[in-house]
Amino acid sequence: MSEVAISAAHRSTDQVVADLRARIAALQGVSVAAVSELSAGTEIAEVSGTALQGELPAHAELAHLIRLRAGSSYCTDSAALTLALAAGVSAGGRWVAAVGMDDFGVEAAQQSGADLSRMVLVPDPGQDWLDVTAALVDVVGLVVLRPPGSATTPASRAGVLAARLRRRSAALLVLGSWPGCAARFAVDQLSWVGPDRGSGRLQHRRAQVAVYRGGTPQLVARGWWGAGVDAAAPPRPATHQQQWLWPA
Amino acid sequence: MNRVMVLWCPDFAVTAGLADLDLSRSVPAAVLHGHRVTVCNESARAHGVRRGMRRRDAQSRCPRLQLLTENSERDARLFDDILRAVEQHRPGVMAIRPGLLALRAPGRWSTAASGESIADRDAAAELAQVVVECGVWDVRIGIADDLFTAEHAARGAAVQEHRIVPSGSSIDFLHPLPVEVLLSEAQDGPQIEEMVSLLRRLGLFRLGDLARLPAAEVGQRFGAPGARVWRQANGMDPRGVAGRRPPPELTTRVEFDPPLDAVEAICFSARRTAEELIAGLASRNLVATQVRIEAWCPGPGASTDVVVSGRSWIHPRHFTPRDLIDRVHWQLHGQGQGSVRSRRQAGVITEPVTGLRFVPEVVEPTGEHAQTLWGGGAEELVHRGMAKIQAMLGYEAVLVPVVQGGRTPSSRQGWVPWGERVAGLRPVDRPWPGRIPGPAPSRVFPVTIPSGVRDQAGVSVGVDSRGAFSADPAQVLLSGPAVTGQDWTVIRTWAGPWPCDEAWWEDPSRPPAFRCQLITDDGRAWLLRITDRWEIEAAYD
Repeated sequence: MSEVAISAAHRSTDQVVADLRARIAALQGVSVAAVSELSAGTEIAEVSGTALQGELPAHAELAHLIRLRAGSSYCTDSAALTLALAAGVSAGGRWVAAVGMDDFGVEAAQQSGADLSRMVLVPDPGQDWLDVTAALVDVVGLVVLRPPGSATTPASRAGVLAARLRRRSAALLVLGSWPGCAARFAVDQLSWVGPDRGSGRLQHRRAQVAVYRGGTPQLVARGWWGAGVDAAAPPRPATHQQQWLWPA
Repeated sequence: MNRVMVLWCPDFAVTAGLADLDLSRSVPAAVLHGHRVTVCNESARAHGVRRGMRRRDAQSRCPRLQLLTENSERDARLFDDILRAVEQHRPGVMAIRPGLLALRAPGRWSTAASGESIADRDAAAELAQVVVECGVWDVRIGIADDLFTAEHAARGAAVQEHRIVPSGSSIDFLHPLPVEVLLSEAQDGPQIEEMVSLLRRLGLFRLGDLARLPAAEVGQRFGAPGARVWRQANGMDPRGVAGRRPPPELTTRVEFDPPLDAVEAICFSARRTAEELIAGLASRNLVATQVRIEAWCPGPGASTDVVVSGRSWIHPRHFTPRDLIDRVHWQLHGQGQGSVRSRRQAGVITEPVTGLRFVPEVVEPTGEHAQTLWGGGAEELVHRGMAKIQAMLGYEAVLVPVVQGGRTPSSRQGWVPWGERVAGLRPVDRPWPGRIPGPAPSRVFPVTIPSGVRDQAGVSVGVDSRGAFSADPAQVLLSGPAVTGQDWTVIRTWAGPWPCDEAWWEDPSRPPAFRCQLITDDGRAWLLRITDRWEIEAAYD
């Protein structure tokens, strides 16, 4: 300890931290890089009980348009967009749970790059879907929820869940409508390339994703999504070049 | 000086294989490995089947030869029963390999003129009976001063008989034996084979010839195995009998008197037993990762209990008492059924449960499941969270998605309950002719949605005998909550129809089926199946 104290007097804080990390690594037999990754990542937050307000891993094709922030809830109307966002989060090393999606396209999720070993489904949560969602928020990074057909979520329950999301640094993506969501992603101008009156087959999707602020019609961003977009897409407006964080 | 008793069951692999198949021991049978006979039984030998013979040759000599695959686990399973039965009568049993075990002989000195001890003779007769009661007919017992001599004495004994080599006369027994007896040693197989062949070429046909050579020269020429064989041939087998310690009994059971028929009451009463099981494992530094739970109810004879519900449960980490009770609840509760009473009506359980048993099937050292310095991290948290949801909704409610091979979108995916091992999936890397290439549908409906397609004039579209649409499809019916829209939607374009030749041999009367992809006016794409009606199988949006 005295050695550390003496060297600390002569060197900068960064050097001392690097030195201590190297000592921890030597004790545990792991590399220095792994230690710094650990301290930078979420595990420290889990150990200490404090939540990190950070970004969730984004899908490569959508990163220019949509970045999910931990602690927020989002709405969308497209199952494919949901799968792509979930794939990005799971491929980035966080767990994803889908509640109420009995028509989850597993192969499509895999084609979007999802790591299926970090995905969990609760296809039929029954009457307790809000409780199940809340329990999943405690343990996974992103909860994908499709509320049962007729259910309207009271804002009070949504508020309780939002507080839980912030505390647990998880995000909620709702396929449908949700009170108090941070942003809404809508797919419009969807078109498929391939079929032509009997011949061909579905090849790839071209879609425009519109991002609205909360539940309002205020458009924040709009951009193209899908394979082969670069060649055939119309020139993008200037706003598409920007990177958007939610909530702004 | 301790005497050694060896129990030998000849052709044990065949005996175990036949017992596994519930066949008579008189059926000619052989165990094959790599298309060659490794072990065969007496009746197969009577037909001329020999060890090392090719399968084809063996079958030509005995066409009704029962072929068994080599399965050391099967052999060990039957042998374990014998070990346990012998242990009931004599302590300190050493298993050498399936079919061969050694233990200390009770008699220390001989009383009779023949050199036989009465205690030895009684013990041999008793153990022979024990083994026969286990279902193994052919057992031979040898008693001698050392392990090697005793084993070869057993090989010289008759069925269910014993042969005793008097104390101090091992050499007299061993020296006249031919050198081929060494081939029965399972270890260092090729080396010993080479050695026996060379000894024969040197004109040394008996063990005595080998034993009379100087030890140093045998060791020089044949190495360590040769030196070992020389010592054994001189009645100086260095191996002693080290009795095994019987494995601890980990199974715990609880009995209910009076019998219980409410799941909640059973779980409540079993809680203490589950805690005992986990504490008992923990005291041996073990944790259980797979546990079998069995419940009994009285059988028809009232004297015997029958297992009404038995199932193995796997835990992704390891079981805690609470996890065990959850499993009991799921197993007896079933999906959406209130009590055993309702299951009884369903014909599953006929009587209230009288007892419950936990059998830890896989236990692992605690060290392998110890917590790391930073705690279990996200993975452990996820396991706990999923267990909580399973406790809320039932075991099958939390699923892990998997991709498997298949032709239709719904058969190309699968669900595995959380915590269960993935098994029996169709391989993905096969060609699967008939599957639809390209992007996979983002929504695969668990139940197909009835639909319809009509042409510009409003007439329903079908597929003609040449596999083409009867008219150009113009509108598709999207109805129901899953596909949002109640009315006829305009079709922008389509692909198909493609015939699907799936399992036509199962039901020849089934109408031919076709698939097509439709793109509706709003840009969404649908996968439809056409038989005598239209169904929406999946959606691309």
